[in-house]
Amino acid sequence: MTQLKQIRVQLEVLRYNPDTDTEAHFQHYDLTCPEEWVVLDALNKVKADIDPTLNFRWSCHMAVCGSCGMMINGEPKLSCHSFVRDYEGTVIRVEPLAHFPIERDLVTAPDDFMEKLKRVKPYIIRKDKKPISEGEYKQTPAQLMKFRQYSMCINCMLCYAACPEYGLTPDFIGPAALTMAHRYNQDSRDCGRAERQEVVATHEGVWECTFVGACSEVCPAHVDPASALQQMKITSSIDWIVEHLIPGGKSAGDTVSREKAGDIK
Amino acid sequence: MAKSHKPVVWFPFAAGGTVIAFFIPVIVLLTFMAALGHVPAGLSYEKMHAFAGSGLGKLIIFGVVALSLWSSAHRLRCTFYDFGVRADTLVATILYIAAIAASLLSAAYLLQI
Repeated sequence: MTQLKQIRVQLEVLRYNPDTDTEAHFQHYDLTCPEEWVVLDALNKVKADIDPTLNFRWSCHMAVCGSCGMMINGEPKLSCHSFVRDYEGTVIRVEPLAHFPIERDLVTAPDDFMEKLKRVKPYIIRKDKKPISEGEYKQTPAQLMKFRQYSMCINCMLCYAACPEYGLTPDFIGPAALTMAHRYNQDSRDCGRAERQEVVATHEGVWECTFVGACSEVCPAHVDPASALQQMKITSSIDWIVEHLIPGGKSAGDTVSREKAGDIK
Repeated sequence: MAKSHKPVVWFPFAAGGTVIAFFIPVIVLLTFMAALGHVPAGLSYEKMHAFAGSGLGKLIIFGVVALSLWSSAHRLRCTFYDFGVRADTLVATILYIAAIAASLLSAAYLLQI
C-alpha cells in the first residue's frame, strides 16, 4: 500500500472549562497527519495523543448526523467535511458554533434551537385521522418533490451560526426551524399551516429575515433555507391581504386566531 | 404573538425587486449605449417622448420608477439593520419618505409631458 502524503497541521482551538476558567482562550496544537484527513480527524488525533481534555461533539463522520458543526477560520462548517489540505500552510482556527452559548471547549448548548423547532410544530397535523386499517396516505412523486428538499435538514445549526439576524436578534425563530415549518406546510398530507402561521407570520418569524442568504450558503445538506423563508413571506403576505383588504376574508392563518377569539366555531 | 404587518412594505418591495431584475440592467445598458451615441431606431427620442406622453406609457414608467425606489429604500433599510443599526423606525421613515417623495416628483414630471 502506498504511503499517504503527510502534511503539517496547526490548529488553534478555543478552550473553555466552566469549572476553572473565567474566560475562553486559544490553545495551539501542532501535528502531522495524512492530507486526506478532515479537521475532525485532526481533533480526534489531538484528543487521543496530545490532549485528552479537549471536548467536541461528533458522531457519524459522514455529514449526516449534524453533530460536528464548528466555526473553522470563522466559517460555520461540519468539521467532518473540511479537509485539512484546504488549509495547508495556515493555522486553522477552530471555535464553537457562533451565536450559541458555550458549554465546554467546542461544545455548545443547542437548547434555544430545540425550543424553536418545537414551536413550529414540525410534524404532520391532520384534521381527521383515518384508522390504520384504511392504509397509508398516498402521495404522487410531484407532491413529494414539493417538500423533499426541505426535509433534508440534519439540524446541524450551521445556518444559525451564519445568520446575522439570529446573532443580533436571538428571538428570531431562525432558518432551520422556519424551513421545517415550510416543509410540513408543503406536505399534501398536512393540514397544520394555520397553526404554524401563528409563529411563522410574526415579527420573530419570517419577517425578521432580511434575506442575507448566508444560511443557504453554509447548509451542508443543500436545503436552501433562504428560499423556504422567501416562499413563506409570499404566502404570509397573501394571507395578510386576504385578512385585511378583502371584506369577510379569512385566510388559512387567520382561522386559528379567530377560533381562539370565539369569532368562528 | 401578534402577526406582523410587514407585508404592507414587503409586497411592494418584492414587486420592486422583480421589476429591478427585469428592467434596470436593460435600462442601464441602453442609457450607456445612448451616451456613446448608439440609439436603436425603435428607441429614438421622438418615439420615447411619445411613449411617455401616452397614458399607458406614463403608468408603466411611473410603476417602474416608484417600485424600484421603494424596493431600494427597503433593501437599504434591511442593510442598515443587518449592519447592526437598530434605529429601525427612524431609518425606515427617512428612506420610505425619500422613496415616496422621489416617486411623487417623477409623477409630477410625467404629468407635464
